[in-house]
Amino acid sequence: MLFLLYILLLSLCHRAPAIRLPSNNSKTPFLLRSVCVSLHLISYHLALLFFRRVNSSKASRDSETMATKEDVQDPRIPKIASSIRVIPDFPKPGIMFQDITTLLLDTEAFKDTIDIFVERYKGKGISVVAGVEARGFIFGPPIALAIGAKFVPLRKPKKLPGKVISEEYSLEYGTDKIEMHVGAVEPGERAIIIDDLIATGGTLAAAIRLLERVGVTIAECACVIELPVLKGREKLGETPLFILVTSDAA
Amino acid sequence: MFAAENGLKGDPRLEAISAAIRVVPDFPKKGIMFQDITTLLLDHKAFKHTIDIFVDRYKDMHISLVAGVEARGFMFGPSTALAIGAKFVPLRKPGKLPGKVISESYELEYGHDRLEMHVGAVEPRERVIIIDDLVATGGTLSAAISLMESQGAEVVECACVIGLPEVKGQHKLKGKPLYVLVEPSGLDEF
Repeated sequence: MLFLLYILLLSLCHRAPAIRLPSNNSKTPFLLRSVCVSLHLISYHLALLFFRRVNSSKASRDSETMATKEDVQDPRIPKIASSIRVIPDFPKPGIMFQDITTLLLDTEAFKDTIDIFVERYKGKGISVVAGVEARGFIFGPPIALAIGAKFVPLRKPKKLPGKVISEEYSLEYGTDKIEMHVGAVEPGERAIIIDDLIATGGTLAAAIRLLERVGVTIAECACVIELPVLKGREKLGETPLFILVTSDAA
Repeated sequence: MFAAENGLKGDPRLEAISAAIRVVPDFPKKGIMFQDITTLLLDHKAFKHTIDIFVDRYKDMHISLVAGVEARGFMFGPSTALAIGAKFVPLRKPGKLPGKVISESYELEYGHDRLEMHVGAVEPRERVIIIDDLVATGGTLSAAISLMESQGAEVVECACVIGLPEVKGQHKLKGKPLYVLVEPSGLDEF
């Protein structure tokens, strides 16, 4: 809006001959010239202020979710990002698969990944770390152990023995379900949900619904990788999402 | 070999681990007393004891790689790997790992299944341990050992939380040492 105002004022000023050639020889009245120049300067600075505020709020929003502190990126992130391998056309043509197994082969990058999550969640009253099958089982338990929480696996149907509750979610074609043991969590507990990656957000949204149905509060969802182009974040509603690395590949 | 026979006799941690494991009868089918480790994962102290015992055992054995069998091996392997400074390699069901894989088939009660590993994940002469939650017939672990050996790696030991009666008295699996923390929990705890 302010930008449009700036452009409008600018165009108005440019109609006044004063802007083109402000000189003592100009036939334009001095007052008109001064007013135009002042308007020009005021709108310019207002526009600058507006843009700066937008960029910094975007940066600070991004920094909250991108493992940065005070607008400075965590120095461990680039190594973590570079340790992730991209495999084209898996599981089907057109998909650029984000393969975290190479991160697990890099002992420093894997340790750093876990450390970043642990630093974020330790001492925050999180009593449950829920991990989505199967790659959530790789990151969740080390975090749970380090922060003193339970680890709860959220599994594909029929894998968990005994009584379970389940939640359905949509796939590109059809639906799937995730299950959790009855009694694994108690009402009032605070949980984080871990997976390696958020794409469309369908699985994480189902995990949130599953835990909330039994009275658990989800403090945050945490993933190593986000594919923002798939807008998975929007499916999570009020639940915050914490991410280490984003990828444009989808 | 069982941990109690191998330096941890009377260790109270083993009792805590055993007590935390739940038995679910008739799962996945009638007659099977399923050893459910999810209750162990809910017990932070007992879960930590489990990892601590594995870490204490392997931290000075120059292990460079921990392989975990999908999916419950994923719950114990990574924590162990992180604590001993080793890489973690997931051994997965067919079709899950992207890129180039090698695979090994193994027998089930009816039919057979396959275990896959990434090409290049393991290097020749690496010292490896293989982790799973439970060993029954040893079929899956044997396939895992074959995968490692096909890449020239040395399997130092296979480690499991629970060992079924079939393996009691067996110190080796396919010629490799087998280390087990506890025997199956009984139904009376259910």
